[in-house]
Amino acid sequence: MRTVVSVLVSGLSRIGLWGRGVVVAIPYLWLLLFFMVPFLIVFGISFSESIIAQPPYSSLVEWLTDEDAGTSKLQILLNISNYFRLGGDDLYILAYLNSLRIAAVTTLMCLAIGYPMAYAIAKADPARRGPLMMLVILPFWTSFLIRIYAWIGILKGNGVISNLLEWAGITSGPVEILYSDWAVYIGMTYCYLPFMVLPLYSTLEKMDPSLLEAAADLGSRPFKSFLSITLPLSLPGIIAGSLLVFIPAVGEFVTPELLGGPDTLMIGRVLWNEFFANRDWPVASAVAIALLLVLVVPIMIFQHVQGKQAEAGR
Amino acid sequence: MAGQPIRKPTRLEPWQDAGQTPYVRIEKVTKTFGDFVAVDEVSLSIYRNEFFALLGGSGSGKTTLLRMLAGFEQPTEGKIYIDGVDMAGIPPYERPVNMMFQSYALFPHMTVEQNVAFGLKQDGVAKAEIRDRVTEMLGMVQLSAFGKRRPHQLSGGQRQRVALARSLVKRPKLLLLDEPLGALDKKLRERTQFELVNIQEKLGVTFIVVTHDQEEAMTMSSRIAVMNHGVIAQVGTPTEIYEYPHNRFVAEFIGSINMFDGRVVSTEGDQVLVASEEAGCELLIAHATPAPAGSPVSVAIRPEKIALSKEPLPDGDGRNRTTGIVREIAYLGDVSIYLVQLPTGKTVRVTAPNITRRTEMPITWEDEVTLTWRPFAGVVLTQ
Repeated sequence: MRTVVSVLVSGLSRIGLWGRGVVVAIPYLWLLLFFMVPFLIVFGISFSESIIAQPPYSSLVEWLTDEDAGTSKLQILLNISNYFRLGGDDLYILAYLNSLRIAAVTTLMCLAIGYPMAYAIAKADPARRGPLMMLVILPFWTSFLIRIYAWIGILKGNGVISNLLEWAGITSGPVEILYSDWAVYIGMTYCYLPFMVLPLYSTLEKMDPSLLEAAADLGSRPFKSFLSITLPLSLPGIIAGSLLVFIPAVGEFVTPELLGGPDTLMIGRVLWNEFFANRDWPVASAVAIALLLVLVVPIMIFQHVQGKQAEAGR
Repeated sequence: MAGQPIRKPTRLEPWQDAGQTPYVRIEKVTKTFGDFVAVDEVSLSIYRNEFFALLGGSGSGKTTLLRMLAGFEQPTEGKIYIDGVDMAGIPPYERPVNMMFQSYALFPHMTVEQNVAFGLKQDGVAKAEIRDRVTEMLGMVQLSAFGKRRPHQLSGGQRQRVALARSLVKRPKLLLLDEPLGALDKKLRERTQFELVNIQEKLGVTFIVVTHDQEEAMTMSSRIAVMNHGVIAQVGTPTEIYEYPHNRFVAEFIGSINMFDGRVVSTEGDQVLVASEEAGCELLIAHATPAPAGSPVSVAIRPEKIALSKEPLPDGDGRNRTTGIVREIAYLGDVSIYLVQLPTGKTVRVTAPNITRRTEMPITWEDEVTLTWRPFAGVVLTQ
């Protein structure tokens, strides 16, 4: 009887382990299929040559049979010139730098607006925090494209802002903000703000208010307490929010395309042009892989900092 | 039950001296949160070098009172003076007061040294002096070897000592302690009680401690204010509070006590005679406040002041003596608690030291026993 029970128990626990494995395996399988495999395909294409054919790139692997010599060869041709082109052409380097700059400015603007917002929400009456956070997320309920189109109407010459400035007598004649870097900053800051506010709010809300009381009790004025207590303790939230804004902002395509000027050169637009205008898939793939490398570095830093934080918080 | 006061009997009693000016004066302070009255017209005077305890259950207003002293809350009405200065509108960071928090509130991103140095840095103390004073403080709380650690790498007792060092490093004249020993286990708590008293005497700081633990308050403090529903039920030394409670609440809150309801029969000098059906006898109380004959009173008698006897006693006047049957015995090692049921149904709690070994104990369950006590044992409570 006893052995039957123990077998049953161990069997059940094995199913339990297996069940846990399945739960973990399904999302990983999904990622493998729809992220890792496409990534490897793109990675492969980046080493091929552009040809006029369908698909428009050469195959990396070829099976060569020499009838005369009676030999067969497996030939793998890796064309690394695509990557050299990225380094050699100012266009690409400029586009990368521009993307990093625009993403950095967007991140800083999101931080400058998002931090006070998150702080105020975290300090608000507990009953009000829910609705306030809901308002932050509310824009997600309408289409992203519609919201960007709305900005066109706001930013264009004779648009809402232009007319308002004119009506107030600050400017005479229409002011054209649209199709400039500033329009891109405004649009992207608007889009990514919730991604900054959410992680900041969650770290600020968790903070023990008695820490600030202790600081005040020890003679620290409120602003100094903010600098020496609140700010360092909210660093994980700042890093998480910044990465959530920075990483997608680097590769952003739609907002700069709709709001930016012809000289707003971002890597997303270059990528688009290479794929659809030039039909140069190998170069486009190389651009994408290089972009990924640019983004992996900040992610690694983030992981490292988070790991340390988790260790410290134990 | 009550701990022995660990102070020397020759201690100062500034509250007895009319010439002394109090260091902290709380005048008719009221604090309301919406409709809830947390502190209700409390007045208190606390003197230099006192170890003053605010004792009460949760919601008694003791913590609110402490937070008003620290400056985290403003009184709705009334005034607080510290060293003669009106504290109204003075923010926490400008008060000559430091506080030790119940949660310790150690800064998690700073080392032990940085935590202790924080207060000195705010005052712009020179670096070398900060280092010296932090070292001295950590030495005093026996944490010299832990200066470079972070709070999360310390045990609960060590964290408590860091919090104490941090709150004392600025050499405040007044230290507020919110449940300073609440998070420690029993053994550590007892040891730390002595340490706290030693530090307080050594540094000559006035301590105001909030606690819900009556034993803690009795052991450490020079005076105790017992709080209930935002008002002060009684202020006094531990002995006064324990032996001469002013009202039912204090009598029942501190230690355990037997209450007999009755009516005053007569008053002769400071001796009051009370007839109590509940007790089944007449109660004679010495050193009582006179009360008019016929008025309803309660007589409170501590369990350790009642003697149990199985042998018949010589007949007396029948006062301060009743009989009952032992229903429960709780053996605690040093003492035993007996629950004795009187013929009236009333259960009386009696504690007796185990002078002989338990195996030889003469009184056991269902024994009929005589309970006696002396006229000095009881206290008459009119409220």
